[in-house]
Amino acid sequence: MFNSLSDRLTATFKNLRGKGRLTEADVDATVREIRRALLDADVAVPVVREFTARVRERALGAEVSGALNPSQQIVKIVNEELVEILGGETRRIRLAKTGPTIIMLAGLQGAGKTTLAGKLAKWLKAQGHSPLLVACDLQRPNAVTQLQVVGNRAGVPVFAPHPGATSELEHPAGDPVAVARAGVEEARQKLHDVVIVDTAGRLGVDAEMMEQASEIRRAIVPNEVLFVIDAMIGQDAVNTAVAFDEGVNFTGIVLSKLDGDARGGAALSVASVTGKPVMFASTGEGVDDFELFHPDRMASRILDMGDVLTLIEQA
Amino acid sequence: VRSNNILGKSLLALLSSDKIDESVWDEVEETLLLADLGTEPTMQLVDALRERVKILGTRTPEQVKALLREELIKLVDPTMDRALRTDRHADKPAVVLVVGVNGVGKTTTVGKLARVLVAEDKDVLLGAADTFRAAAAEQLATWGQRVGVPTVKSDVDGADPASVAYEAVKAGIDQEVDVVMIDTAGRLQNKTGLMDELGKVKRVIEKLAEVDEVLLVLDATTGQNGLNQARVFSEVVNITGIVLTKLDGTAKGGIVVAIQKSLGVPVKLIGLGEGADDLAPFEVEGFVDALLN
Ligand SMILES: Nc1nc2c(ncn2[C@@H]2O[C@H](COP(=O)(O)OP(=O)(O)OP(=O)(O)O)[C@@H](O)[C@H]2O)c(=O)[nH]1
Ligand SMILES: Nc1nc2c(ncn2[C@@H]2O[C@H](COP(=O)(O)OP(=O)(O)OP(=O)(O)O)[C@@H](O)[C@H]2O)c(=O)[nH]1
Ligand SMILES: [Mg+2]
Ligand SMILES: [Mg+2]
Repeated sequence: MFNSLSDRLTATFKNLRGKGRLTEADVDATVREIRRALLDADVAVPVVREFTARVRERALGAEVSGALNPSQQIVKIVNEELVEILGGETRRIRLAKTGPTIIMLAGLQGAGKTTLAGKLAKWLKAQGHSPLLVACDLQRPNAVTQLQVVGNRAGVPVFAPHPGATSELEHPAGDPVAVARAGVEEARQKLHDVVIVDTAGRLGVDAEMMEQASEIRRAIVPNEVLFVIDAMIGQDAVNTAVAFDEGVNFTGIVLSKLDGDARGGAALSVASVTGKPVMFASTGEGVDDFELFHPDRMASRILDMGDVLTLIEQA
Repeated sequence: VRSNNILGKSLLALLSSDKIDESVWDEVEETLLLADLGTEPTMQLVDALRERVKILGTRTPEQVKALLREELIKLVDPTMDRALRTDRHADKPAVVLVVGVNGVGKTTTVGKLARVLVAEDKDVLLGAADTFRAAAAEQLATWGQRVGVPTVKSDVDGADPASVAYEAVKAGIDQEVDVVMIDTAGRLQNKTGLMDELGKVKRVIEKLAEVDEVLLVLDATTGQNGLNQARVFSEVVNITGIVLTKLDGTAKGGIVVAIQKSLGVPVKLIGLGEGADDLAPFEVEGFVDALLN
């Protein structure tokens, strides 16, 4: 059903070939294809609008360069704008100057927080830190057990004073805010230099649960609050990111399930709407499937740019 | 607050202005795109609507509003058979296989659906064929306890999922239950090894009993990748219905429109929360109204 952007641009470029200069109509035709490609990659509508307006403006005002023909120039502009929004360089984790570095995870249900907790822990441990995982999801059935298994796989201890939802009880009795606070205290006493706090999944519109997340944040004053978002998410990325930004004022974004074949337009949406950096990519279910985020690779992925860049050589 | 378009005006408010100009059509398009309908269905729908408005000479916003709703309802198709096949056969239980990508709500859906079936006085048995994810079997067993049904699981971490599914269906046959529901591990559709494994799970079950329903669980927040998911899962295990979860959030789940249309597989159920009672039948009009608001 979807043709790739390169297919569509090929058609557009064919008409442009040989022209020394782009007319406004040429630019509009190209921008239309780019808009469509961005939408097909799940980039949020308002972000697409802003993005294409900027590309159009730059393309119209572009100096005619000797090295590139006009259509190549547009592709170059698109690429530059994409990488710019996604962040030029990956930001590293901010470590606390004194006491343990506290990292809180937040996100929608099923986004990949608990899995990420294990990955982060293992990664930090390999760098010589001694992380402690804290089980604050007392809501999802056996979330605490899940974190214990994950911690075990990562070779990192798990602080889990409350079993969470493991019985027929619909509503768990434990207090996640108290567990978070106690977890940080535990880390101080046992001399862990990193604390990773796993929290329950929640919806942006769930005021009560969002308030609970804010309370956890206030209780532990984290150095980093990582917002975990599924790369397969569509237009809801904006609503969700804004709600979490208001709720927990996150400091960085983690894009999960990038091992799938989703184009991952959410990366662009969330980074653009919140101005927060995407820091990590989660790329599998295993405890090692984790890497620093690469804005240039993501730009190619969203726009199928690998092909496009080859294409401009032929244009 | 249900989501509005970016200008803060709802579509319906917009259509209440008394002139149908280009900007109105842009807003119609935007509303549909924001619901994850996808560019192709959106353009088709807008074109069809424009055509009808032209032919009918429709001018009042109320009429256009009604036409859009009508077109969408037609597209989502109220005539599709959305009944779940969970009736016991003469000598064997009905078997329901639940599949989908990671984290969409499969295990939770199995728990909720078990609750519905129990309320219909059915004997239900769960099979924990997710032997892979941390504490997956425990999670399912907790759901089983919640709704009062037994769970067959393996004590061995990483056991063969097909043999757990086999054991569960066998136990269901021996115990003469009405329905056996098999929960499977989340897997991304581009992982061929994992998809082959799923195909095997189904084939192994079929040595014992017919699989009556293969439910693909789809997260309503999913964008255009949902179509790939449905296509590949359909190829591997021939899905018979879709469960659209997490509709209690702000996502509209519009990708199911394209899925239903291209694969002919109906959405049968919707998930509306994390509790045992948060499962409901899919209703076309309700879905369309939520999509437009
Ligand atoms: N393929 C793939 N699967 C992932 C990735 N990250 C997480 N998962 C899977 O996604 C599912 C959900 O992951 P969890 O870590 O439980 O997600 P969560 O955000 O903690 O979920 P809740 O606590 O229920 O809100 C599990 O099946 C994970 O194995 C990833 O990067 N790639
Ligand atoms: N808000 C909301 N949350 C849901 C719904 N259905 C499931 N969830 C939550 O989504 C998360 C993932 O649900 P699971 O049932 O574990 O999903 P799964 O597909 O079995 O995940 P894996 O087995 O890891 O692939 C959990 O936190 C659930 O409580 C729903 O309809 N609405
Ligand atoms: Mg979790
Ligand atoms: Mg599961």
